[in-house]
Amino acid sequence: MQTRQPLVQSPNGAVEFSNEEIARYSRHLIMPEVALDGQKQLKQARVLTIGAGGLGSPLALYLAAAGIGTLGVVDFDVVDESNLQRQIIHGTSDLGRPKLESAREKIEDINPNVKVETFGEPLSSENALEIFDDFDVIVDGTDNFPTRYLVNDASVLTGKPNVYGSIFRFEGQASVFYAKEGPCYRCLYPEPPPPGLVPSCAEGGVLGILPGAIGTIQATETVKLILGIGEPLIGRLLLYDALGMRFREMRLRKDPNCPVCGENPTVTELIDYQEFCGIPQANAKARVDEVPEITVQELKERMHNGGKFSVLDVREPHEYEVANIGARLIPLAELPERLIELDRDETLAVHCKTGGRSARAVRLLQDSGFQNVYNVRGGIDAWSEEIDSNVPRY
Amino acid sequence: MPKIKIPTPLRQYTAGNSEVEVGGETAGETLGNLASEYPDLRLHLYTGDGKLRSFVNVYKGDEDIRYLDGVDTEVSEGDELFIIPSIAGGSAEGQCR
Repeated sequence: MQTRQPLVQSPNGAVEFSNEEIARYSRHLIMPEVALDGQKQLKQARVLTIGAGGLGSPLALYLAAAGIGTLGVVDFDVVDESNLQRQIIHGTSDLGRPKLESAREKIEDINPNVKVETFGEPLSSENALEIFDDFDVIVDGTDNFPTRYLVNDASVLTGKPNVYGSIFRFEGQASVFYAKEGPCYRCLYPEPPPPGLVPSCAEGGVLGILPGAIGTIQATETVKLILGIGEPLIGRLLLYDALGMRFREMRLRKDPNCPVCGENPTVTELIDYQEFCGIPQANAKARVDEVPEITVQELKERMHNGGKFSVLDVREPHEYEVANIGARLIPLAELPERLIELDRDETLAVHCKTGGRSARAVRLLQDSGFQNVYNVRGGIDAWSEEIDSNVPRY
Repeated sequence: MPKIKIPTPLRQYTAGNSEVEVGGETAGETLGNLASEYPDLRLHLYTGDGKLRSFVNVYKGDEDIRYLDGVDTEVSEGDELFIIPSIAGGSAEGQCR
């Protein structure tokens, strides 16, 4: 039944099943495409899932159910309310817990035969190669560009397939990057977008169910690779449009000039991916320090004292509807054309959700000649936490 | 006129349109006309020196124009061009979380 070389070699009898496992995997065992040998391959397989979040949740749940022998999980994050809308491996009772702990518990509950290996430190150029070496398949469920490039390069350098999935709002992408047989992530996207040019879920939002679809596709591809059945998404970019409910496929080609997997690779070891993505770490802090700030406590005092003082909110109207502190609203994108509405003689405190967009607004105002402008550190989030808990956090 | 499909992250620059019909005989011309019609899109499609950004892939049908004739790839009535940007989901870089 195999259509290609299985990733995990046919076992030589060393893998045994208990009667409980036979009963558990019955629906796999009665299919010739899996059968006993296939289930043994799944049990022998070592799969590393990077991220126990939106994509990682359905991924880990289904791979556990399928009987993957060893599931490695990489995540250093803690479960937060805003995760529960989509990260279904975590529940309300897990709030505040490390995602790894919560994920391990769910995986072991679904299938106690799965060995879970957890990696609580961030994946980095220092540890990735060593970690990847130990696994057969890498599944990328990460949430930022530097890590995606790191995962790609490390997968190419260790010769492992990288099962890719990514999401944004109502759209998703999936593919299998396996340099031995096809393109890698860099063949598709040689360079990352400059920071700030592509919004993330935290800024752009995402339909909670979306990563469920893509993560499950990734789990499917992982199982197919291990068993050597079906046609994997190697050299194919699957595009999923949830609103239109359409799947489309694009052809991906291996780039002979790819610096990592091409004919003359120039990247032969892992690099500084933060730098590659244009996020200068040391400087990032400096930029924030450059912007004059006030704390939410100071803001409260100033608002109370009155005088030539006003507050500007640079978030979007739909955010203002969810929670606001009564400030004047001018969304950041509209600010350049609406500067005329602001009084240059007044002291102006600018806020957004957490302090990032408002810092950019303060810089813009300063560049336009405003003198007394301050960024509200921590934004409305901090206001809700420290000043008035009646203001909802979202 | 050929149609250009606009991906979600870029629709805010095309007045919310997911599909735009734009004139042009080549991919390059069509995209250039798109950027002229929606100037906010220019920054996201082109670098400072007028080249198509490399994290934005353009497909004619299901083939990347890089492997056809690049910006000189001919397009005609009924052809569809797709802009496929790179997306990563998840967390924000920098201060916004």
